[in-house]
Parts: sequence; C-alpha cells; structure tokens
Amino acid sequence: MAKLPDKKDLLSYDYAVPSTEWMDTPAEFKPGTYCYGARGRNLEIVDFPNARDWSPNDEDWKLPENWKEIIIEGMAERMSKYRSFKLFMDVCVRCGACADKCHFYMGTGDPKNMPVLRAELLRSVYRRYFTPAGKMFGRLAGARDLTEDVIKEWWYYFYQCTECRRCSAFCPYGIDQAEITMMGRELLNLLGLNTDWISGPVANCYMKGNHVGLEPQAIMDNIEFMLDDIETVTGRRIEPSFNRKGAEILFVAPSGDLFAEPGIYTCMGYLMLFEQLGLDYTMSTFASEGGNFGFFTSNEMAKRLNAKIYAEAKRLGVKWILGGECGHMWRVVNQYMDTWNGPADFLEVPVSPITGTRFENARSTKMVHITEFTADLIYHNKLKLDPSRNDHLRVTFHDSCNTSRAMGLLEEPRYIISKVCNNFFEMPEETIREKTLCCGSGSGLNAGENMELRLRGGFPRANAVKYVQGTHGVNVLANICALDRASFPALMDYWVPGVKVMGVHELLGNALVMDNEIERTVDLRLEELPEKGVSSDV
Amino acid sequence: MKIGTPLLAVMVLALVAWTGTQVLHLNTLFGIILPYTALAVFLAGFIYRVVRWAMSPVPFSIPTTCGQQRSLPWIKQDKIENPDDLWGVIGRMILEVTLFRSLFRNTVTEKRGEKLAFGSAKWLWFGSLLFHWSMLFVILRHLRFFTDPIPFVVQGIESLDSFLQVGVPLLYLTDVFLVAALTYLFLRRVVVPQVKYISLAADYFPLFLLLGIAVSGILMRYFFRVDIVEVKALAMGLVHLQPVVSADIGAIFYIHLFLICSLFAYFPWSKLMHAGGIFMSPTRNLANNSRIIRYINPWNYKVKTHTYDEYEDEFREKMRKAGLPLEKEG
Repeated sequence: MAKLPDKKDLLSYDYAVPSTEWMDTPAEFKPGTYCYGARGRNLEIVDFPNARDWSPNDEDWKLPENWKEIIIEGMAERMSKYRSFKLFMDVCVRCGACADKCHFYMGTGDPKNMPVLRAELLRSVYRRYFTPAGKMFGRLAGARDLTEDVIKEWWYYFYQCTECRRCSAFCPYGIDQAEITMMGRELLNLLGLNTDWISGPVANCYMKGNHVGLEPQAIMDNIEFMLDDIETVTGRRIEPSFNRKGAEILFVAPSGDLFAEPGIYTCMGYLMLFEQLGLDYTMSTFASEGGNFGFFTSNEMAKRLNAKIYAEAKRLGVKWILGGECGHMWRVVNQYMDTWNGPADFLEVPVSPITGTRFENARSTKMVHITEFTADLIYHNKLKLDPSRNDHLRVTFHDSCNTSRAMGLLEEPRYIISKVCNNFFEMPEETIREKTLCCGSGSGLNAGENMELRLRGGFPRANAVKYVQGTHGVNVLANICALDRASFPALMDYWVPGVKVMGVHELLGNALVMDNEIERTVDLRLEELPEKGVSSDV
Repeated sequence: MKIGTPLLAVMVLALVAWTGTQVLHLNTLFGIILPYTALAVFLAGFIYRVVRWAMSPVPFSIPTTCGQQRSLPWIKQDKIENPDDLWGVIGRMILEVTLFRSLFRNTVTEKRGEKLAFGSAKWLWFGSLLFHWSMLFVILRHLRFFTDPIPFVVQGIESLDSFLQVGVPLLYLTDVFLVAALTYLFLRRVVVPQVKYISLAADYFPLFLLLGIAVSGILMRYFFRVDIVEVKALAMGLVHLQPVVSADIGAIFYIHLFLICSLFAYFPWSKLMHAGGIFMSPTRNLANNSRIIRYINPWNYKVKTHTYDEYEDEFREKMRKAGLPLEKEG
C-alpha cells in the first residue's frame, strides 16, 4: 500500500465546479483512487470474455475489435430485461437532490461523483444511440459518441460508486445509481474490464467457496484458533461441526469473519452464542461465503456464486439457514437469492428452537439474519447478559448501506446493543438509518491500491463518528458488516484515531454469560477488562 | 448554448403563433388542427412511452427501504417507508406523488474547513411542490372553458384561488405561485453552480415553455383582455368535436394556445415523462416482501455453477485429513 496522503492535502478540495463542461473534462486517473485491472487468469476461471492481463494505466486497454457493438447491444439487451435501467435512463430531471448525498462526492468534490452525473456518463451514450433527440441534436440533447475514452471514464467512475443507494433514498423518482452502476459494470465486464480486487475474490469464491480463498482445512484451522481464544476467555472448549448432515440449521457467515481481525471476534461471538444455546447447527466449508462479489460484476455471476447456499442447505438436509453479519450479503439474500435460486421448498419456515418464534418475514427465503435471531432471544430472556463488561466501551452504531436501504434492518441490531452495552450513542440523524453514510469501501472497492479514494469516500462517515467522539467520547464503532470490519479500522485510524471497530456479536460475546464459564478477565481480543464498576468517563 | 437555444426556441414558437394568426390568418390551423394534433401526440406518446417501459420486466424486487422492515412482532415496522404489502405501497406512492416525500428528505452538505455539516434544505421540495400543485389548480380552473355548465368543483377552486378578492379581474393566487415557482426553479439552475453544471438544454426548455405559457395566460387575463365568449365557443367546439373557427380572438390567445400545444407535443419525448415514470419506479412501487413471498424473474435462466461434487473432487484429500465428512470416499 502506498504511503497515506496528508490529511490537509486530502481535505483541500471544495465543491466548486470545473471551468470546462463535464463532457469536455476528461477523466484523470489519479493514483490511489482506482484499483488494478482484472487478471486474465481470474476472468478465465469464470469464463468471462476478453480475459487478458491489462492495466488501467496502459494507453491500450486491449478491447475486443467490435467493442462498440458489444456495448450498444449490451445496453439494448439490458434495457429489455430491466425496467429500472430503461426508466432511469429516461426520467431524471437533473434536480440535483442526489448530488451532495454521495459520500464520494462529499469526499472528493469531483462533480462526476454526483450520482446524477455518474448516471449521465451512461445516459449521454444512451441518448446518442437510442433516442431520436440524441441522434438528431447530439450534444445539444445531452448526447455524446461512445469512444474508448468514454469506456475509460465509465470504468473509473463506476468503480468509484459503492452501490450504497443513498442517492436513491433522496431521489424524487427513486432513481437508484446502484442500479445504473450495476448495469455499467455489467457492460464493462462484457469487455473484460473488471478490477483485480473484485475478479480475484469472484474466482476464489467460485472455486473454493469463499472470497478470501480459504480451503476447507484452512477454514477449520482459523476457527480452531478462535476456539483456543474462546477457551482462554471463558474456560469453555467449543466444538462446532462442519459439513454435518442432518443439522437443523446451516450457518453462513461472510468469509471476512473467518479470516482476519476484527471480523474473527464477531465470529467468536457467534460461536459462543450457539454453544450457549446448544444450537443444532453446522457450518459449511463449501458454502463458506455469504457475501457475493459476483454482485459487483454481473447479475449472472452473482447468481452463480449464490447458488451454493441453497445447494449446500439441500445437500446437508438442514431445516433453515441462519446468516451472519454482512451488508451486501443481505441485500442479495433479501432481494435476489430466492428469485435466482429458489424456491427453497426443501427447507422449512425458520423457527427458533429456543423461543419457538416463527420467522414469518423469512417464510419463503428461509434465511434469518443473526440479529433478528439474537434480538428474539434477548427479548424472550433466553440469554444471561452482563453489559457491564462493556462499560469501558462507548459505542455508536453504523448502519450498513444494504441492510438499511435494501432491507430495513434498523432496530434489531440497536436492540441487541442496548442490552449488551450501557453506553450507546447515536450519530447525527442525517447520517444513520436510511440516511446512513457508506464506509466508502463497499461494492468491491476495499483494495489497498485505491486507499486514497477509500479515505475520501469514508470521510463523511468518519466525520460523523468524530462528532460523537467529541460529544460523547465514543470509542467503538459497532456495525453488522464484514466489509465495515475490514475497512473501517484503517479509516478510523486515519480520521478518528482511538475508535475501535466491532461487530455487534463481538459486543454480545463479551456480555454473554455462559454456563460454567470462568470469571472473565479479558475480552474477546484478550485485552484486560477494566475492574468492575469502573466505567470510562469522558 | 444550453440556456440560449431553448430560450430562443420558445421565442420562435411564440413568433410562429403570432405570424401564423396575425399575418397569415391560419386560424383553423392554430385554433383547431394543431390543438387536436398536439393532444393526439400527447396521448399516444404518453401511452407509447409507458408501454415501452412496461414491456421491460422488473426482474428483481428492489425497493429502496427507508424505514424499519417487517421483522419480529414486537418491533414496530414502518409500513409506509418500508411497506411489505400493497396497502403500504399505495400509501408510499401517494406520499411520493402528492407530497414529494423523498424530496422532503433533502439535506444540504457543507464543507466547513475540515468538517462536513448537514443542514436542512427544503426549498427545492417547496418550490417543486408549489409548481406542481399550482399547475394542477390552473389546469382544473381551465375546465371552465371546456364545460357547460361549469362543475361545482371548478367553481369552488376558482373562488378558493381568488379568495384574496384583489384586482379586476380577481387575482388568482396560483398564477402568482406558478410564476414564482418556475422562476425559482430556473434561478436555482443558473445560480447554484453545481446545478448549472449538470443542467442540459432539455432542462431549460420546459421551464421557458411553461413560463411562456404562464406569462401569456396572465397577460391575457389581466392585461390584454380577449373575448372570453369566443374563447369558450372555440373550446366547447373542440370538446364536442364540432370545432368552429372563431373570429380573431387576439394574438396573445394564440400564442398561449400554441405554446400549450408545443408543451403537449413535447411532453412524451422529454424528461417531463417523470410524471408517468414515478408510478413505475421499482425502488418505490414494490413491497419489501421478497423474503416472505418469492419474487419471480420472468427471464430467470439456469447458470453454470461450481458444484459441491466438483469442490469435493478438488479438495477430497485435504478434507479427509481434516476429518470432514465426504460424499465419496474415492
């Protein structure tokens, strides 16, 4: 990773517009703001076209000869398949309500990061080739020719959108830039134009079952390490099962939680909870990924990666599926999975074996979010909790984009936090719930080489965290997303030092009083717990 | 270019109407043929555009959820902002269409040194709402020309609209609101640099056209009086499909009428189709119930996947060593 830019330099931008019109302002590929190009090898694994090694810095992007035809036909095909795409090309009035709602615009000041202009990058081409006005009046009608520079501009800016849907909450017609970015990325993928950071995990996930490329024994080893730590913390040795047929529940987590700090602490929380409940569950080394980088590539690729979850649930003969804390995973589960790979008629409507609650809201998909599951347990007093163990933590909660704006999972995690922590403080209203600000690293942008972009995109969120750090002494950013856990630590260290990043189930794991456990002296990170009754004062 | 061309276009349209009726005396064309044509183009065009959109399916359930989902029974769902059934969707759409709910959410982001600040920003919402509702009232008021007897509702709207009892003829508030709102919408396009930067000619043209229509109408009502009886006779003739060419009603009337015809004919091919589009927007008109009821994609197709068997074939030895259960011992 390149050296981090100076804060002053990073914040020296403003929201002034360039002197040249946007069509006359070429995309400038600034180092630190874009990812490496996809490797041919990774595209080949999933049979993607024009697989070759290339770099966005190259003058020649090695496009296929008939690239223009491919794009125009690709657009026509997608407009015939997606009403959203066609409609969103037509109905924008450019009122600008979306403009300053995008975290990338807020953090870069680049007008092409206004959702409206990001969409115009594609709309201008749509007008030129698909509308009479655009064909006749050209530029006057907001139309422009499709050139290689346009393709480069698309690549630069469609991989500078995290598909967070914040703009769509503010748009009077519900135009969703995520939808347009998804179409734009599909089109780019027809030319073999992906990023290394997305295509690598896609290939991994396809072959090995998870983005990070953990082989079956590696998953088990990683969990083994967590179990050692859990034993140190609680004195309890847990023995989870893998690929076990006949379990009642298949648990699917985002692979980030199996892989690295601080996600593993969240995973430890899951494991402790299940152990305490005596839950009849299993994890799969094959369906070892709830997330879906295919979703940042093309609809088809997303479906191909998602298929293994139902397939594995069927093979193992479980009754229902429980899903871990992850953002885009839950957009996929909520809005796509059943449509793609259902009906899951081999499963049963999920019923909590502990409380008997029937999860009617997951009646068809048969997949329950772990915060729904846990909130239900706490509500029915099925868990013994000692929130004072988290008294040294002053917690705020970051709503993930996808669980907020593509699901509406707002109260469940808050309810859990309210029961496992005594110090909880909300960030300002304009930055939470359906208005939540993105981490700036979603939709496959959490690479290292584009760190400057991530820092900029994450600045608005960090700004809100800094606010509650100042007013309430907040020192923990809680979340329910593996990508947040992977990306926020660096962002917090840079913008708001002193704020730790924790999954909700890490907080739960710390507060959970297990049967026959030893007295806790350390938390899940093996850090000393403060003495009882001593809370951190601001 | 972006501002000048559409302004010029509207002026040319007005000039065409003036020349056509005052110099060439093509009253039949401007009073009868063009209004019918424009209406036909509007209706056919509107339907065509909506049908074209409708021909593309909505493959996935993609509502943008703006409130608490339906979840556990003791968690209060936001049934309007995150509906899970048709009633909720209807409520959401009514709020969206009549009160511009999403626009009401608008905030403004300011960068103050090294901090960002979010402020309330309701002017765009207010200006838009004022424009659209005024426009609706103005259109409803115009029904007095097309009906006989004039319906009670129309008369009610008129008296409500002129309740200030100012001027002769009585001043309609919506006339003032309409021009004020349009002026605001135009000014923010040229004054706010970011909005100016994203604006196209296609954003200015409808504003100028609407302003032209409003101003010509106001001039006609309050300043250059025209023979209202003749206007009504023409309108009633058009409605009853027995159009009669009137004597010259006055240039200002024909300019007003021709600009309206232009708006009608232009409407279906422009961004003004957001009027139809809003009803079809899948992020607003779908219920967030895709975990409750399976949502069907009409073009869902089989895809190539990497199966568990293939996975086990690749990792069998490692899995065996790790003590994982296997499908095949081979």
